[in-house]
Amino acid sequence: MFYREAGDFKTSYGADNQTFPIKFDRYRYYAVLAIAYLVIPFIINDYWANALFVPFLIYAIAAIGLNILVGYGGQVSLGTGGFMAVGAYAAYKLMTAFPDVSIMIHVILAGGVTAIVGVLFGLPSLRIKGFYLAVATLAAQFFLVWLFNKVPWFYNYSASGQINAPERTVFGVLVTGPNTEAWAKYLICLVFVTAAGIIARNLTRGSVGRKWMAIRDMDIAAEIIGVNPLTAKLSAFAVSSFFIGVSGALFFAVYLGAVEVGEAFGINKSFLVLFMVIIGGLGSIFGSFAGAAFLVLLPVALKIIGVDVLGWPTDIVSHLQLVIVGALIVIFLIAEPHGLAQLWRVAKEKLRLWPFPY
Amino acid sequence: MGADFYYTIEVILNGLMAGVLYALVALGFVLIFKASGIFNYAQGVMALFAALTLVGIMEGQVPFSHLINAVFGTQIHDFGWHVPALLAIILTMVVMVGFAWLVQKYIFRHLVGQEPIILFMATIGLAYFLEGVGDLMWGSDIKTLDVGLPQGASLWIEENTAFLGGDDFYGFFIDQLDVVAAMVAAILVAVLVIFSQYTKQGRAMRAVADDHQAALSVGISLNFIWVLVWSLAGFVALVAGIMWGAKSGVQFSLSLIALKALPVLMLGGFTSIPGAIVGGLIIGVGEKLFEYSVGPMIGGATENWFAYVLALLFLVFRPQGLFGEKIIERV
Repeated sequence: MFYREAGDFKTSYGADNQTFPIKFDRYRYYAVLAIAYLVIPFIINDYWANALFVPFLIYAIAAIGLNILVGYGGQVSLGTGGFMAVGAYAAYKLMTAFPDVSIMIHVILAGGVTAIVGVLFGLPSLRIKGFYLAVATLAAQFFLVWLFNKVPWFYNYSASGQINAPERTVFGVLVTGPNTEAWAKYLICLVFVTAAGIIARNLTRGSVGRKWMAIRDMDIAAEIIGVNPLTAKLSAFAVSSFFIGVSGALFFAVYLGAVEVGEAFGINKSFLVLFMVIIGGLGSIFGSFAGAAFLVLLPVALKIIGVDVLGWPTDIVSHLQLVIVGALIVIFLIAEPHGLAQLWRVAKEKLRLWPFPY
Repeated sequence: MGADFYYTIEVILNGLMAGVLYALVALGFVLIFKASGIFNYAQGVMALFAALTLVGIMEGQVPFSHLINAVFGTQIHDFGWHVPALLAIILTMVVMVGFAWLVQKYIFRHLVGQEPIILFMATIGLAYFLEGVGDLMWGSDIKTLDVGLPQGASLWIEENTAFLGGDDFYGFFIDQLDVVAAMVAAILVAVLVIFSQYTKQGRAMRAVADDHQAALSVGISLNFIWVLVWSLAGFVALVAGIMWGAKSGVQFSLSLIALKALPVLMLGGFTSIPGAIVGGLIIGVGEKLFEYSVGPMIGGATENWFAYVLALLFLVFRPQGLFGEKIIERV
């Protein structure tokens, strides 16, 4: 009843091809955008920005990127942390080398650099598949982290080996550095997330996305019907790495401000983003957001319940968190291998039929 | 011969010993992968968990004491007894068998027929779960594991090889523990081979590895075999945990050796026990030699990534690994 196609007549090709052809979806999308841009910036404070909104937005970009590779392209990658590090260090080098250029351009360029690195490490995917590829991407993870640790050029020969984000402004408003206002951090991330979501959505429903999915479902069959595996796989790696690079750049410049590579972009980050994609739903843009929200919210919620309400020591709560995350992943894989996105699809179907059972 | 030459040999010998330890972990992977097609990422955490349990039992710690203290406000820590090493090892083995049974009953029985990558993700989840449980049960501080294995450099080898290299060479420096580990690994492999070739259960295990449905149709219980295989993997994890734990203490980094075993498997092929051994030796020697010869020029600590890059380059030329079965793909 609420979610229906009936009576929604399309009178032009443009209307027929739009991203959200169903009214309910469209209005929901506008409503979410309106709240995100017009309400939250005015009520956000430092705690909520740093604990929830900024990491959620940044991880959402990374999850979209990884989802393009794993969910749409079918190429499993465990190198997300390494690629995020490439984005962060590229952004740092660009920011310090060209201080007059806008940081928006730097972040996009950092994504571009990461895309090139991603294609390089994606090359083996033409020969190897499945597990072997997953393990091969670990080479990217460990090699890149080692590289940024050992070559002083990347951190401008600073004594601590850390990189620190210099202060940069967009339209006169400070967006990086320790003195940034919460709403500015939030808004700059939101702009990138919106762009990433729109680009990813339209890529995946166009011819490029269909080629990725054909390769994912069966690469030999895809090759026979005329999909070039070279361009399809490498473009998946490039686009995915671009998003991951952008998220890495934001993670460093806007969120953390100072980064030590092994700590911020270690193997755990790769797994975290992979879990977001799995729990959210493979092959779904909405799922990337849902998974990112879930895994950002979970530790905060556990900490509030465990430490603040029950008064347990923090180390026990953090161990408990491992147990719960691990159990949740297994439960999700058993009960709903398609993740939160599938729950949303089921809910939509129910809304469509309501008040009738079928 | 100059001293340099002998130092290189020493590096190779130490690499072989490290390789044996990698192979020990890789062996656990191969066992499970062959029998059930599950790539068990949790193998390293299982080694950590086994070592933690062993230390906990030996020192008479109360399981979950931190959690109990936090919830009920009590102050319990240990039972106040010490269990001898051998008995503790047997008890730990019982725990690992129980773990195998639980994993089979509550996780992988529900995932039969899923895609391999889903199974792989499930084992990552399992790894997180087990790590959390291990920390909650026994606490997360670094523990020393002493089951009476010899430690330190082997003086005998050092003295008897000192004459080789002239004045500035003092003999090969080889850790006794590594020698023990190498012998244990050799015995373990021999036992596993005998088990899978000559016992009824071992043959059933190989049948399951060959073809699940065919094995079912001749009356082999898949459930039992999978529990058996997970228990065996638990046993291998225990052995690996003891060796690594005695070498560098029982701590979180123990679970990272699983990651080190991955390139070993890629080199050797996922389905081959000899492959795991040879792959382990190649990786062990390769990374030690690379660190010794090239490492100082490019900043050291190359051991972190060398194995992966080696495996990556190798795979580009031989995607199924050294001893793996040929990959045949059909539409």
